[in-house]
Amino acid sequence: MSVESNKNIRVVVGMSGGVDSSVAALLLKQQGYDVIGIFMKNWDDTDETGYCTATEDYNDVVKVANQIGIPYYSINFEKEYWDKVFKYFLEEYKSGRTPNPDVMCNKEIKFKAFLEHAMSLGADFLATGHYAQVSRENGKVNMLRGIDSNKDQTYFLNQLTHEQLSKVMFPLGGYTKPEIRAIAKEAGLATASKKDSTGICFIGEKNFKEFLGQYLPAQPGEMQTMDGVKKGNHDGLMYYTIGQRHGLGIGGNGDPWFVVGKNVEENILYVEQGFHNPLLYSDRVIVSQVNWINGKNVGEEFHCTAKFRYRQQDVPVKVKVVSDNMAEITCIEPVRANTPGQAAVFYEGEVCLGGGTVDEIYKGSEKLTYVG
Amino acid sequence: MKKVYFDNAATTPVRKEVIDVMIPYFNDFFGNPSSIHSFGRECRYALDRARFSIATFIGAKDKEIIFTSGGTEGDNLAVKGIARANKDKGKHIITTGIEHNGVLNSVKTLEKEGFEATYLKVDETGRISLDELKNSLREDTILVSIMYGNNEVGTVQPIKDIGELLKDHQAFFHTDAVQAFGVEKIDVNELMVDALTVASHKINGPKAVGFVYIKDGLKFDPILDGGHQEKGHRAGTENVPGILGFAKAVEVVVEERNKNRELYKTLRRRFISLLNENGIEFKINENVEYCLPHILNISFPGTKVDTMLTNLDLEGVAVSGGSACSAGSITPSHVLVEMFGDNDPRLHNSIRFSFGHYNTEAEVDYVVNQIVKIIKRDK
Repeated sequence: MSVESNKNIRVVVGMSGGVDSSVAALLLKQQGYDVIGIFMKNWDDTDETGYCTATEDYNDVVKVANQIGIPYYSINFEKEYWDKVFKYFLEEYKSGRTPNPDVMCNKEIKFKAFLEHAMSLGADFLATGHYAQVSRENGKVNMLRGIDSNKDQTYFLNQLTHEQLSKVMFPLGGYTKPEIRAIAKEAGLATASKKDSTGICFIGEKNFKEFLGQYLPAQPGEMQTMDGVKKGNHDGLMYYTIGQRHGLGIGGNGDPWFVVGKNVEENILYVEQGFHNPLLYSDRVIVSQVNWINGKNVGEEFHCTAKFRYRQQDVPVKVKVVSDNMAEITCIEPVRANTPGQAAVFYEGEVCLGGGTVDEIYKGSEKLTYVG
Repeated sequence: MKKVYFDNAATTPVRKEVIDVMIPYFNDFFGNPSSIHSFGRECRYALDRARFSIATFIGAKDKEIIFTSGGTEGDNLAVKGIARANKDKGKHIITTGIEHNGVLNSVKTLEKEGFEATYLKVDETGRISLDELKNSLREDTILVSIMYGNNEVGTVQPIKDIGELLKDHQAFFHTDAVQAFGVEKIDVNELMVDALTVASHKINGPKAVGFVYIKDGLKFDPILDGGHQEKGHRAGTENVPGILGFAKAVEVVVEERNKNRELYKTLRRRFISLLNENGIEFKINENVEYCLPHILNISFPGTKVDTMLTNLDLEGVAVSGGSACSAGSITPSHVLVEMFGDNDPRLHNSIRFSFGHYNTEAEVDYVVNQIVKIIKRDK
């Protein structure tokens, strides 16, 4: 398995202390690369005793790196993370949108600040434990979905540019999650049975509401139907997202209630009944901050598929490239619960073409102003 | 890969002659020095000789030497022990902001117990001001703890002058001499100190051994509750092989101190002139006049400490910079923060090189070459 010519290729692996990045490092080492493991510390939650939640993860990186036989280091990007990811995250919530900090973290931290750090260590490539694949043919780099469709993470990687991808490796892309667990177990890695992390990294297992409330003042207000009938009170618009059912506390007869929109100016949360309520459906989206991994010409129109949320099935769409960073997406069938702030990501078969941020949502020619 | 160890302020390799002294005490003479049988007696005898030898080298009486598990414990025992046992005389303590955490955190604990502390400021070179010390002294000051030589930048404090200043004051004077012991002549009478901490592993002795000198007659409380070892001052069975190795390391280091000082000065000069020859921009964080010769703390403008440390390690060069937090990331050294304030680029671009007995000029050449290569590659 070890390839002699790989020994002069230096690969920095971002190790989080989880099983995925542990196996990524192991696989690269087995393939004979000059592997360096680096733990990134992006968030400071150190308490007065000096303990932070990153400690245990770092200790797992130490154990695994020693088992594999690679040097390990730590790098601190707390400031960069705060400035580039967390501020954006709060701004988006403040304006009633539902941001995706993982997309931003990949764009600004993992594949920018961290990639630069890796390069300053003389690395040829940066590798991570993402479930995605990179293909390199004739100088053209493409990002493909991970083999494991349950775990595919290209959605979160949609902002990576061609240049970034040319320096990136995803060693796990050709494996399924159960296979990765099996490899970790077989190799006896310390993280083999470690629980997968859930939720947004800096919030971790903490209560999301409580966490957000520490940074943004929650302004309770009314829950109303679109016709202005009061149905109850909400705890603050930022705690809700379009299509959400849980946590509304509206009882009574008939279909369950869902969040269909937000009025930020008047601090009203719009609710309506029924999972398939027509107000939840839309068929046209304006996407901003668009990144096309292999470039597109302004004015170009084409058919492909799209995901507007992670784990959503791809839906067929027609894309019109409006400008360098804007696109108009027409959905062939109406899509439920499109949400401003979330990523729209485009695919041609297995190839991820890139993506952007959902900005404006339309049904036919009508702009859905109520979604926030 | 070539490996160079320039991190001797962190720890040092144990010398062969030290290991030789220790080996028999792991199995041939394994007794407990507190036991009254022959196995115990032979160890007790060895322990007493070690204590006497160390005491003689620093101008102390053997009963003034208490063996500990190292510098941190020594600092704890001296600072907390003396303060607590003498609180009837007052509750005020004076120390500096650049102490080792063994002292700093002991003082913080004492503050929680109701003691009051004054932390002396240092100037940009890491020196305290005697005037500030004089002005901080109060009638109820019972302890002054000021380190001899700083472990991060090497700056040496005016210990004799402080001793002189405190001569007519009730306050007891403790100094942490852990980093200085290998390169400075230490005589407790000349220095006029009441307590002094030394650790073995900084002078090519084994880890987890040290001693604290506490002047005869000075009251201090033990930190550990247990048996009557060390005359009741430090409970727990003595680390006999460690202590014997330590005593040997002290003997060797005292003998070779001047020679080592000269070596470190040579390495230092060569390091600096090579950096200059290669046109590297740098600033030395130190006090030119008063410094430990084996510590060279250099700021490289435009670089980042994590990147530099990692790159040097990848080239086999062991150095340090700042302190690693529990998640491994480098946080600025509190010593540099005290010297430069908390908003200075030097906090994030300074590297500590610390020399030891085994280092050579060829190693300096190699390390400087690597630094030049790394800085040029990054630009």
